[in-house]
Amino acid sequence: MEHTSNEKLLDIRDLSVEYHSNGKIVKAVSNLNLSLKKGETLGFVGETGAGKTTTALSILRILPELPSRITSGEIWFNGENLLLKSKKEMQQIRGKEISMIFQDPMTSLDPVATVGKQIEEMIGLHEKLPKKELREKAAQMLEQVGIKRERIDDYPHQFSGGMKQRVVIAMALSCNPNLLIADEPTTALNVTIQAQVLELMKNLKRQYQMSMIMITHDLGIVAEICDSVAIMYAGNIVEYGTVERVYENFCHPYTEALFDSIPSLDEDQEELKVIAGLTPDPTNLPSGCPFHPRCPYAGPECAQQAPEVRETEPGHIVRCHKDLKGGSGNE
Amino acid sequence: MSEYLLEVKNLKKYFKTKNGPLCAVDDISFGIRKGETLGVVGESGCGKSTAGRAILRLHEPTAGQILFNGQDIVKYSPKKMKEMRRKMQIVFQDPYSSLNPRLSVQALIAESLRVNNIGKSDKEREEQVKQVMDVVGLEERLINSYPHELDGGRRQRIGIARALILNPEFIVMDEPVSALDVCIQAQILNLLGRLQDQFNLTYMFISHNLSVVKHISDRIAVMHLGKIVEIADSAEIFNNPRHPYTQALLSSIPIPKVNLKRERIILEGDVPSPVNPPAGCRFAGRCRHAMPVCKEVCPELKQCGNSQVACHLYPAEENSVR
Amino acid sequence: MNQKKQNKEKKYSFWGDTWKRLKRNRLAMFGLFIIGLLVFCAIFADLIAPYDYATQDLMNAYQGPSLQHWFGTDEFGRDILSRVIYGTRISLQIGFIAVGISLIFGGFLGAVAGYYGGKLDNFIMRVMDIIMSIPSILLAISIVAALGSSMTNLMIATGISYIPSYARIVRASILGIKDQEFIEAAKAVGTSDWTIIIRHILPNCLAPIIVQATLGVAFAILTAAGLSFIGLGIAPPTPEWGSMLSTGRNYIRDYWHMTLFPGLAIALTIFALNVLGDGLRDALDPKLRG
Repeated sequence: MEHTSNEKLLDIRDLSVEYHSNGKIVKAVSNLNLSLKKGETLGFVGETGAGKTTTALSILRILPELPSRITSGEIWFNGENLLLKSKKEMQQIRGKEISMIFQDPMTSLDPVATVGKQIEEMIGLHEKLPKKELREKAAQMLEQVGIKRERIDDYPHQFSGGMKQRVVIAMALSCNPNLLIADEPTTALNVTIQAQVLELMKNLKRQYQMSMIMITHDLGIVAEICDSVAIMYAGNIVEYGTVERVYENFCHPYTEALFDSIPSLDEDQEELKVIAGLTPDPTNLPSGCPFHPRCPYAGPECAQQAPEVRETEPGHIVRCHKDLKGGSGNE
Repeated sequence: MSEYLLEVKNLKKYFKTKNGPLCAVDDISFGIRKGETLGVVGESGCGKSTAGRAILRLHEPTAGQILFNGQDIVKYSPKKMKEMRRKMQIVFQDPYSSLNPRLSVQALIAESLRVNNIGKSDKEREEQVKQVMDVVGLEERLINSYPHELDGGRRQRIGIARALILNPEFIVMDEPVSALDVCIQAQILNLLGRLQDQFNLTYMFISHNLSVVKHISDRIAVMHLGKIVEIADSAEIFNNPRHPYTQALLSSIPIPKVNLKRERIILEGDVPSPVNPPAGCRFAGRCRHAMPVCKEVCPELKQCGNSQVACHLYPAEENSVR
Repeated sequence: MNQKKQNKEKKYSFWGDTWKRLKRNRLAMFGLFIIGLLVFCAIFADLIAPYDYATQDLMNAYQGPSLQHWFGTDEFGRDILSRVIYGTRISLQIGFIAVGISLIFGGFLGAVAGYYGGKLDNFIMRVMDIIMSIPSILLAISIVAALGSSMTNLMIATGISYIPSYARIVRASILGIKDQEFIEAAKAVGTSDWTIIIRHILPNCLAPIIVQATLGVAFAILTAAGLSFIGLGIAPPTPEWGSMLSTGRNYIRDYWHMTLFPGLAIALTIFALNVLGDGLRDALDPKLRG
C-alpha cells in the first residue's frame, strides 16, 4: 500500500529492537508496523514483556543505549524519519512534538522543585518566554488539568497520587505536543481517581486535538478512551483495528484469550476460560507463530511458518494462519 | 452455635502517627460462613489489607473481638496463636517480595512445616511439598529453583502452596492476583476456586478489582476509610448497590465493551486522609447526596432490604437501634 | 536445541551467580590471588621463610638486599624477608580476628536495633554514635593503654573501635528488609523472631556486610600497624609490620630497605583487600543480576 505521510502523523515501518542481557539477545520488538492518524487515539494492549513500552521508547529514542539497539526500521513522524535525526534534533522533538507520561507519578516528578517550576522549565526548554509569561502559562496549564492556580508553588509531596498525575499531564501538554504517549497512566491510581484522570484526558485530547498512544493492559480503559487498538504479543502486533471491530469481531486467538480472562461483571461464570502456558521467553521464542504453543487452534503450519498479516475487513489486520470466524483465510 | 466460621466484632486497628492516630480499621464487624468467600473491596488506604492482617494478628488489633470457631483469638497467648496460625493462613499480593529470595522452592514451602514441627524427617516433608506442588499446579522439576528464576504466576502458586500445606480452614487472600497479567490472573483465579471446592476452604478475598471480586465472592463488603459502608450478597451489590460510594465505585470500573451507555458517577476530590478523619460519615465530603446530618452523625451499618448499609439515605428498619 | 544448556545455566544458585560475576572482574581476582598468597605465607611461614625471624646476627646488621638476604637485614641482623613473612601471620590474624569481634558484636547490636526498633533502637544507636564520635585510633589507643599492650588487647581495641560501623550497616540493611512481605509471610506461618532474623533477614543483608568486612580487615591491619608504630602494639621480637616500620623509621636515611619492605607488604595487603571488597560489592549487587 502507498501511504502519503501527510494524513498520517506517525508511521512505524518494520521496527525491530533488541536487548542484550547476559550475552543473550532479547528480541523485544520484531518487524513492527503501525500507523497513527492525526487526532487518533490508539490503545496498545498486551501483557508484561510484550514490547509495548519498548516500542514507545523507540519512538522517542530514549531507550537505554547500552543494552538495547534498534536493529531495523523507520519511524516516520510528520513526514520525517525520527531514526535519522541527530541527538540535538531529537531533544527539540521530545516534549515539544511528542510527550510521554509514565506510569508512576510519584517518581516522574522532581521532589525538590515546585510543580510550577517544573512546568515552567518544560515550557522554557522549547519556547523563549519572559519569566512572568512562563509562570502565567504554567498556572494556566495547572488550571487546565483541574488544579487551582494557587497551588503553583507547592511541592510534589503536597499532592495526592491523582493530583500528581494531573501535574504530570500538565507538564506533558504544556508545549502543545502533536503526539502524547501515555504509558499505563492510571495503573498506580485508585479506581475512582482513575475515572477522574481518564475523563480529564478525554477532554484534553479533544481540546488539544492531539494524537495519543495509550499503553495499558486494561481492555476496559481502551474501550473508554481509544479509537483503535493494537494487541501485542511477544514483540509484535497480532491484531489491529478500530475498537469497535476488534472488540466485537476479534479474529486472533490471543485476543480471544485476553477477553476470556477478564471476569465478566454481567454474568456468573464458574470457571474462567483460560489459556495454558506463559508468555514465551523472549530470548528463546518459539518457531513459527510465537503464540502457537498456547493456541487452542494451532495446526502444523503454525509451528513452521510465522504468519503474515492479512486484512479480514478493511482496516482490521490479523497476524494468524487460521480464520477464527470460519472460512479459509490463508494470505 | 454461631453460623459463622469467623466472626469479627468491633475490630479496630489504629496506628500511631505524629499527627494523631491513623484509623486504618475503625470498628468493623462481619462474619464469614464456612466454605464461603467474603470479598472485601475498596480503594487503597481504605484499611482492607490492615483488616486482613489484624484478623490473623499479624498486626495486633487495637480493640475488638475475632471469633474463630466461636473462640476469641485476640486473647490467645503467642503459643496458642502459633497453633491457631495453622488454621488461618494468608496469601500476599506481591509474589516478588513475599518470597525469600535466598530460599529454593522446596525450602520455601517446607518452611511452613519446619517451623510448626510437622513431619518427622526432611524426606517426609519433601514428599508433602511435592504433593502440594502438584495440587497448585507447579511442575515437580522446579523444586530446586529459586524464586528469581520463576515468573509471577508460578511465584504466586508457591505462595498459595506455602499456605495450603498447613491444611488451613481459612485463608486471607490479600490481592493475590493484582500483580499478575490478565491471562495468569485467570489461571490463578480458577486455581483458587478449585482449591476452595476441594478442601472446603473459607476465603477472605481482598482486592481493589471489582470484577475479580465479583467473580470469586459469595458476599462482598465495601470498605471506605476504615469502615464497612455496605455488605451484601455479591449479586445484590452489583445489581442493587445502595451506598452512594458503592455506586460510584461500580460506575468507575472501565468495562471492556464498546458502545456502552451508562451513567458515570465521577467523584470529585481525593480520598480523605485516615489520620483524624472527619466526624460524621467519612464519605460525606465526596457524596452527591450528602445531607446536613451526614457531616455530624456517623451512620451505623443497618439492614436495608437484602443488604446492610451504613448511610443516612436509608432509614433504619424497625428493630435496629439509632 | 540449547534446552539442555539452558537448564544447566539455571542451576546456578545465588553464590554460584556471585562467583561467576566476580570471576569476570580481573582486578578483584588479582586481589583474591594476593590474599590467597598471604594466607598461604601465614600458614606455611615455617617452611617458606629462609631464616628464623628472631635469630640475631650482629655481624650482618644493616645489610641491603642481597642474594642471601633478599630484603636485607635489620639493626640486629635479622632477615627482613623472614620477618615480613612471619609478619603476615600476625597481621592477618589481627585483621580477621578484630573484624570478627566487631562483626559479631556490631552485627548483633545492629540486628536487635533494626528488628525491634523503638526505644531499644534509639538507645543502642545513640551509644554507637558516642563511640563513633571518638576518633577510632584514639579510642584504640586508650583501650590498649588501659588494658596494657599485647596482641590480644590490640585485637580487642581495634575490634571495639569498629563495632559502630557494623552495627549501622546491619541495622540499615535490616530496616530495608524487615518490611518486605516475605518477613510477614514467615510470621504468618508462626516463625519465631530469632528464626526470622537468622534465617530470613541476615542472609538477605549479607552483601553489604561482606563488603564492609573485607574493607574492614584492611582498616584493622592499618590500625594495628599504627598502634604498633607508636609502640602500643606487639612487643619485639615478634615481627609485626607496623613495629618493623616504626623501628625502620629511625634508620630511614641510611637503610631505606628496613622501611620499604614492611611498608610494601602493608600497602599490597590493603590494596588487595580493597579491590576484592569493591569487586564483591559489584558482584553481590542485585541490580546487576541478570
